[in-house]
Amino acid sequence: MDISILVNLSYIASSILFIVGLKMLGSPDTARRGNFLSSSGMLLAVLITLLDQNIIDYRYIAGALVAGSLVGFFAATRVKMTSMPEMVAIFNGFGGIASLLVGSAEYVSGAFDNPAFLGAIFLTVLIGGITFTGSIIAYGKLSETISGKPYLYKGQQFVNGILLFAILLVGINMLFIQGFISSEQTLLLLIGLAFILGVLFVIPIGGADMPVVIALLNSFSGLAACAAGFVILNNVLIVAGALVGASGLILTNIMCKAMNRSLANVLFSGFGAAPDPSGESAQEQGEVKPISAEDAYLILEAASSVLIVPGYGMAVAQAQHTVRELGELLEENGAEVKYAIHPVAGRMPGHMNVLLAEANVSYDVLVEPEDVNPIMETVDVCMVIGANDVVNPDAKDNEGSPIYGMPIIEVDNSKTVFVLKRSMASGFAGIQNPLFFKSNTRMLFGDAKEMVSSLVSEFKG
Amino acid sequence: MESQIILLIFILVLSIFLGVELITKVPSTLHTPLMSGANAISGITLVGAILSSGSSEFVTIALGTAAVFFASINVVGGYLVTNRMLGMFKKK
Repeated sequence: MDISILVNLSYIASSILFIVGLKMLGSPDTARRGNFLSSSGMLLAVLITLLDQNIIDYRYIAGALVAGSLVGFFAATRVKMTSMPEMVAIFNGFGGIASLLVGSAEYVSGAFDNPAFLGAIFLTVLIGGITFTGSIIAYGKLSETISGKPYLYKGQQFVNGILLFAILLVGINMLFIQGFISSEQTLLLLIGLAFILGVLFVIPIGGADMPVVIALLNSFSGLAACAAGFVILNNVLIVAGALVGASGLILTNIMCKAMNRSLANVLFSGFGAAPDPSGESAQEQGEVKPISAEDAYLILEAASSVLIVPGYGMAVAQAQHTVRELGELLEENGAEVKYAIHPVAGRMPGHMNVLLAEANVSYDVLVEPEDVNPIMETVDVCMVIGANDVVNPDAKDNEGSPIYGMPIIEVDNSKTVFVLKRSMASGFAGIQNPLFFKSNTRMLFGDAKEMVSSLVSEFKG
Repeated sequence: MESQIILLIFILVLSIFLGVELITKVPSTLHTPLMSGANAISGITLVGAILSSGSSEFVTIALGTAAVFFASINVVGGYLVTNRMLGMFKKK
């Protein structure tokens, strides 16, 4: 049998494994097997590609495969669950640079003069480059190596416009003119511009908007692989890349909807850079009512239903294990305990779910805002742990608020709200939160982990 | 060549629709593993990288080998980290 038929049949099998694997990722019961199937598809695709008769020398391939796999293995097994967002970001960036390199390798081999292929190379290098530096910046912001604050400067739109125009010119030169500058210069220029665009694209976006950025970069890495598929005319790259591209776009869309903002608003507004003008009147909103752990314990002890609302602050304080312990004590005490998780809580889609899963919280007690909001009046105590914007009543009451219209977890409708917070300093974006001043709100000031531990020790008596 | 490109675009369009159908049904609990699992799949560019690094020209080999290195970090790391996360999702 012709080897190319065998190769292509295997690529079909790989594609099926990817599709079924992704489908099985849709349910927690089958997800792990789904991931296994998907990885088997990858292994099959790689092994069958190694049979390609055009491969002359296997030494470099083997060396790079082994080295890359080792790095991936150690990174994946060593990383802490709280560092997962930056890990996903950096892996994503590596996918992008790999596509960029594949596109470049094909370009320097100089086998093409057809504008369709050159266009595919152009897109592969461009998207791959944006994905790479964009992910590096996202990594920096998530690991707080660089400031998570949105970085804005005067004339930003103008600079971006010039950059896009330059990329367009390079593209035209690459596809149609060829020779205005040499092909090596064209390629290097394109890579450089793509890198700069990736940096400028992520740098103005604030830490709390990172779930959108990560999802979008994830989509880009898929699209880059997809474009590379057109360069080397390979169907499995196109299928797999398109699946990832689509999944990233959907996640991006879900995240934007959860904040009631358009993608353009997230990407270009530098949300959170300007201080909130309504911050002045903060003191007039009323008095905050601090409460001690002992008093909080008495209220919790009498509660028959408790809703825990975690946010990024829980991740920062690494409080998830202590929170789970408190949840178990409350259950032993006869209360019904649920965890309400907002889609954009944390720094990546599903961030809170992963942390709570790590702390052994059963996934069937995790609920979404739309499930819990209608029954909020029946909840005795809501414990807001390190969350802020996702419980801000201004989102539904105050039309002037920057987050007006964002679907929130309406904890203010419950009987009592505990807010665990470091201090009254307003968090991200400096948006005031009237929840803190409501008559049914009690503030527990301090580190989330220490505060929850002192509640736990109150319970243990 | 043109007919091949048209065929590939056909595959592309169908795959995007399939991807949308598949992912819309994933519950938000699984969004992180979904993202990192999808991210590992995007390492499929490894296939292209292997073909490039098996070439006979020095520059192509160099670029391809670097691509193999990065793509295999993406693939191996992505799948392992997803597996680790999914192993924690338990129901009592």
